[in-house]
Amino acid sequence: MNIFVLVKRTFDTEEKIVISNGKIQDDGAEFIINPYDEYAIEEAIQIRDAKGGKVTVVTIGGEDAEKQLRTALAMGADEAVLINTEDDLDKLDQYSAAYILAEYLKDKEVDLILAGNVAIDGGTGQVGPRVADLLGINYVTTITDLEIDGTNVKIVRDIEGDSEIIETALPLLVTAQQGLNEPRYPSLPGIMKAKKKPLAELELDDLDIDEEDVEVKIEVVDIYLPPQKAAGRVLEGELSQQVKELVNLLHSEAKVI
Amino acid sequence: MANKVLVLGEVREGVLRNVSFEAIAAAKQIADGGEVVGVLLGDSVANLASELIAYGADRVVTVEHPHLKSYTSDGYSQAFLAVCEQEKPEGIIFGHTSLGKDLSPKLASRLSSGLISDVTEIEGSGEGAVYIRPIYSGKAFEKVKVKDGIVFVTIRPNNIKPLEKNASRTGDVASISVDVQNLRTIIKDVVRKATTGVDLSEAKIVVAGGRGVKSAEGFEPLKELANLLGGAVGASRGACDADYCDYSLQIGQTGKVVTPDLYIAAGISGAIQHLAGMSNSKVIVAINKDPEANIFKVADYGIVGDLFEVIPMLIEEFKALKVNS
Repeated sequence: MNIFVLVKRTFDTEEKIVISNGKIQDDGAEFIINPYDEYAIEEAIQIRDAKGGKVTVVTIGGEDAEKQLRTALAMGADEAVLINTEDDLDKLDQYSAAYILAEYLKDKEVDLILAGNVAIDGGTGQVGPRVADLLGINYVTTITDLEIDGTNVKIVRDIEGDSEIIETALPLLVTAQQGLNEPRYPSLPGIMKAKKKPLAELELDDLDIDEEDVEVKIEVVDIYLPPQKAAGRVLEGELSQQVKELVNLLHSEAKVI
Repeated sequence: MANKVLVLGEVREGVLRNVSFEAIAAAKQIADGGEVVGVLLGDSVANLASELIAYGADRVVTVEHPHLKSYTSDGYSQAFLAVCEQEKPEGIIFGHTSLGKDLSPKLASRLSSGLISDVTEIEGSGEGAVYIRPIYSGKAFEKVKVKDGIVFVTIRPNNIKPLEKNASRTGDVASISVDVQNLRTIIKDVVRKATTGVDLSEAKIVVAGGRGVKSAEGFEPLKELANLLGGAVGASRGACDADYCDYSLQIGQTGKVVTPDLYIAAGISGAIQHLAGMSNSKVIVAINKDPEANIFKVADYGIVGDLFEVIPMLIEEFKALKVNS
């Protein structure tokens, strides 16, 4: 099985967002592998261990993303590819990211591609399905279970809390939903081994991509923090009185009931 | 100026979803006097066209085919692209639902267009429209413009106000026939798990539990309250990790992002990752034993107390309110 995992480096979920000069400040921030991509990596490793083959993790980003790729290698991926756009592009949207990934993947004889169903930063969930479309392969999003038998694939898909049981076939792209598995932590031997595993760095030139092929279709004009919520009211008195007051406030003041 | 905007009327169990009416209102704003065309896809959906028109669609195009009975990205994209081929829209709006999230990127790819996902507000109209969407699960927001190509937007349920329903509106309803084929996905079954039958992302009221709920049984009073209020049950990561409930209920930066009118957080401490998923709710009620809990910082109303005492009392009070009003 030739398995690829699309990963993204993101802010840690516990990080606060600070904006200055219209940009999100990342000085000193902790970065992680997008949590949904961790499920994808874990699943890929488990499939390879059961069926044989190779797991390649791929990301688009700058030098800094090497750290997250090494983590994926330490978890058990076999190879990593960093498509470094730092020097070529100052803007990237989902259209351009998918284009770049698909150009990289198109001649790789892919059996299975896994990705997170959404990145917790941009939160669009577009890149996976877009890549599948550009490659002409089928995709299934937000999966919570995956069984592969030959080229037949059985999937459980989360659709707003309900589960859809799906049958399809390889080649295929799937995006991981929480509950798919429990991602492992890299072991110490895993971390040691990861240092020697291949990590290739590519630029747009290596993929024969012109900058104008990947010009963004949408552009961000402003980034801002949500207005601070004024401190609320903690009710006082007997608990039963508080509850009465709360219901009354929700009914007549907030008017939500 | 978008002369023509298509809106997908999303049908679930034979009923149009509210977010589709919200999408019509958004389309009106973007179209800026241009035409808003509702699109219905399914095996038997033409009967719903009048409702889209009542909510403001100027006319409706339907595609009916047995292969469109269940949603598949292959089937729906073939049908929707056939509509695009005929209508040549300058804008498309979907709900940011399970279906919308799955289908829109494929269509955007087919149409070589950008796609602005999960929009909560639109400023301005026509070509000057600016789209506001949460990033980092609502820890920040971005304003986005279309630079090149058509305007393709998915809107988050519960944020854009639909137009007043007016059954006296009239409009043309036409069908196009599409040979929907080569579906690569077969839906074998759908297992209903959603606890109250109200979808978490569309719910007007969410009752959510955290570690303080202590067990799977501990969610029962929360479910009872949610049922009573016609809301949905949610949970924090802590509660999901402890196996008190299914991950599909998780609200937070990992999990779902919700913006209901009323969010009741019971036994939830309020970790940043959870706040990201719910702090843009209109009204937040926190119930927690710990007066120092972070959740009180974002709550409009707080009760310091044991949720197992407070929730049953709340149920009684809401019942009394229902009887009296």
